[in-house]
Amino acid sequence: MKLGGEQMSMASSSVSLKSGDGLADVFPAGLRVLVVDDDPTCLMILEKMLRNCLYEVTKCNRAEVALLLLRENKNGFDIVISDVHMPDMDGFKLLEHIGLEMDLPVIMMSADDSKNVVMKGVTHGACDYLIKPVRIEALRNIWQHVVRKRKHEWKDFEQSGSVEDGERQQKPPEDADYSSSANEGNWRSAKRRKDEEDEVEDRDDTSSLKKPRVVWSVELHQQFVAAVNQLGIDKAVPKKILELMNVPGLTRENVASHLQKYRLYLRRLSGSGHQGGLNNSFMGNPEAAFGSLNGLDLQALAAAGQLPAHSLATLQAATLGRSTNKSAISMPLADQRNVFSFETPKLRFGDGQQQQLNNSAKQVNLLHGIPTNMDSKQLANLHQSGQPFAGMNMQVNSHGGQSSSILMPMGQPPSRSQIVNESNGNQVSRLLSSAGQPMLSNGIGGGILTRSGVVDNVRGAAYHPVSQGSSMVDFSLSHSADLPYNSFPLGNNSGMSILTSKGVLHQEEANMEMKGSRGLVPSYDIFNELHQPKSQDWGLQNVGLTFDISQQANIHGTLDVPQSVLVQQGYSSSQKTMLNRNSSIGKTMFSAGEESGHLNTSNIGQQLHSFMADNSQRVKTETHTDATGQNGLYSEQFGQDDIISALFKQQEDIRQAENEFGFDGYHLDNLPA
Amino acid sequence: MEVGQLQRKFVDYTASLFCEGFLDEQFTQLQQLQDESNPDFVVEVVSLFFEDTEKLLNDLTRALDQQSVDFKKVDAHVHQLKGSSSSIGAQRVRNACIAFRNFCEEQNTDACSKCLLQVKQEYSLVKNKLDTLFRLEQQIVEAGGAVPMVG
Repeated sequence: MKLGGEQMSMASSSVSLKSGDGLADVFPAGLRVLVVDDDPTCLMILEKMLRNCLYEVTKCNRAEVALLLLRENKNGFDIVISDVHMPDMDGFKLLEHIGLEMDLPVIMMSADDSKNVVMKGVTHGACDYLIKPVRIEALRNIWQHVVRKRKHEWKDFEQSGSVEDGERQQKPPEDADYSSSANEGNWRSAKRRKDEEDEVEDRDDTSSLKKPRVVWSVELHQQFVAAVNQLGIDKAVPKKILELMNVPGLTRENVASHLQKYRLYLRRLSGSGHQGGLNNSFMGNPEAAFGSLNGLDLQALAAAGQLPAHSLATLQAATLGRSTNKSAISMPLADQRNVFSFETPKLRFGDGQQQQLNNSAKQVNLLHGIPTNMDSKQLANLHQSGQPFAGMNMQVNSHGGQSSSILMPMGQPPSRSQIVNESNGNQVSRLLSSAGQPMLSNGIGGGILTRSGVVDNVRGAAYHPVSQGSSMVDFSLSHSADLPYNSFPLGNNSGMSILTSKGVLHQEEANMEMKGSRGLVPSYDIFNELHQPKSQDWGLQNVGLTFDISQQANIHGTLDVPQSVLVQQGYSSSQKTMLNRNSSIGKTMFSAGEESGHLNTSNIGQQLHSFMADNSQRVKTETHTDATGQNGLYSEQFGQDDIISALFKQQEDIRQAENEFGFDGYHLDNLPA
Repeated sequence: MEVGQLQRKFVDYTASLFCEGFLDEQFTQLQQLQDESNPDFVVEVVSLFFEDTEKLLNDLTRALDQQSVDFKKVDAHVHQLKGSSSSIGAQRVRNACIAFRNFCEEQNTDACSKCLLQVKQEYSLVKNKLDTLFRLEQQIVEAGGAVPMVG
């Protein structure tokens, strides 16, 4: 195996997570794999195969035991391989749990190669799906899921507003190439390419590391908003905004990227104002994200005449059916979401309701990425209320670490709309196929930041394997954060409606969508699902984390809540997480979010402003501490800035997607009330 | 029989098993996994398979004997058998399982019983074949020879 230097450095950082067991030089040897299968024959064979790959194997024939093992030693495993059909617990449920609690990549495996089961793996956030009998070649490449996940996590954090597109673009091809674990030849060439890309990316990352981070605090953001309003949203150019703001140390680049995100956010807001359900809240509405099939996407699609009416009805019915159970918990979540997403209006619309409920429900499930720190009761509630989304975020792949963020590069609005408008799934599939590699974003993500043809890739990828019925479904983990979405591979919400989210692949969504629709519709759904905005993930994260909080306070459509709130929340969460846990690479923002959730409970009740300020304060302090506290975790270096950037990017993506769907106009004041 | 003869016999026999579809490529994978650190790997895995399968077959017999057959349970068992048989390369057993599962879906008790019979037959066939193969291996080793790798 050719290991590029940079790749090694990437790997070594992850390997260092393994308590520096000195195996950095022989990565991926020593990769700690947990295999779960109730079939003793398979278990034995897998163990031997994995040992031959020089991995450290722990086998387990019961899902509960596996969970115990994982919980006892959070940092003890790098990847989990689990059978789908097990007597004591459904493999997808395990996937959910792992994604929520540990955020590890999870690979699903089964003798069942039927499309819907494989799809379920996708939507639940598994980072890969192996068909039995498993060949050793397939196992040799599983390390890629670990590296990819961590890389995405790291990249997410490292991304600042001024990340070059080039850097991002490197990701999609890389992911695309690596998605197929069945294709060894492909793997080798892809690997070489990845090595090269890694080099470049690492260099870029390093350089971005050295850039001073801009923390978009509440005050700063308010200054920014004031400047923008003063200039007029259409006339607001970074240079002038910068001048108006007159903040020392702030660069035009910082403002530019922030402006981009802000614009997306506004577009989304106004977009939601237009259509009842189709809101993509800044926070990456869980509602939107979670695929409410009924969600906006359906409406949009239906409106576009693409979605057969009956399918829409079916989907909506399905959504409704699903959501009704969750009303209790969903609502609070929805509320919470509203707070962040300014999507009060959603509640107005029936569909929106559905979506919200669904989203909430979905979010609930999506929260698998959330570390166990989360209130167990709430978590339990979430699980119960939500549909059984397989812990997508795992990243199962990724796996467990799964599913990583959904990145859907929003950079291709025109093509997107075309795709969306395609009335036959063929085109979509074609697009998807051309993409070549499924990109499933698990969790929010860093991966999302890439905008470029990834969207197509992602779509193609996700759909590609399915349509081909390949035995191995490769899920590229674009995000290390498995949480809420894909990685939920984690048990993410099924059927998250893409709605406008663009580019974020949510396995769960696809899954949900699949349930409700058939034929062409599913492809759209998948498409949509895949394109969940990153922000959605974030939103989910935050939402999930703070779901207890939301239940306390119903903050609706607080216009004044700038995106930075979310960012901060997420950030502080991550910060807190980092502080509180010696989490290894696997801990992305999601885990952070969990913690922040607790911390922020009290805050939410208060003014958002103070909340934000509070968080930002905390974040700042924590960041510092964090940085000093941890070693070898690249995540430590994540700046709030980066997180915010990431969130903004998601927003942007979402916004773009929205536009593609025909929403336009940003009206800050146009909040549905 | 001297070593050379035994080895030839072994090679021919193995080849025939593949030809006749009793074993498939996955079995070769198992053989390739065997090494000095696990010299009896194949025998161990296959023994495990036998044990597990016999249990499964018993469960299946009992399940189909019920007044009201729980097809989900039956299907689960068959699915497991399908997985394990495919993992060791017992191709014919696996194929019989596939057919079996289809009838489970249809909830056709009679057809399922027939399938079960079929599966049992294939299982005992492949068990005999593998036992013979292992015996041959043993003889070769006892005669001081090395077991040839049949790819």
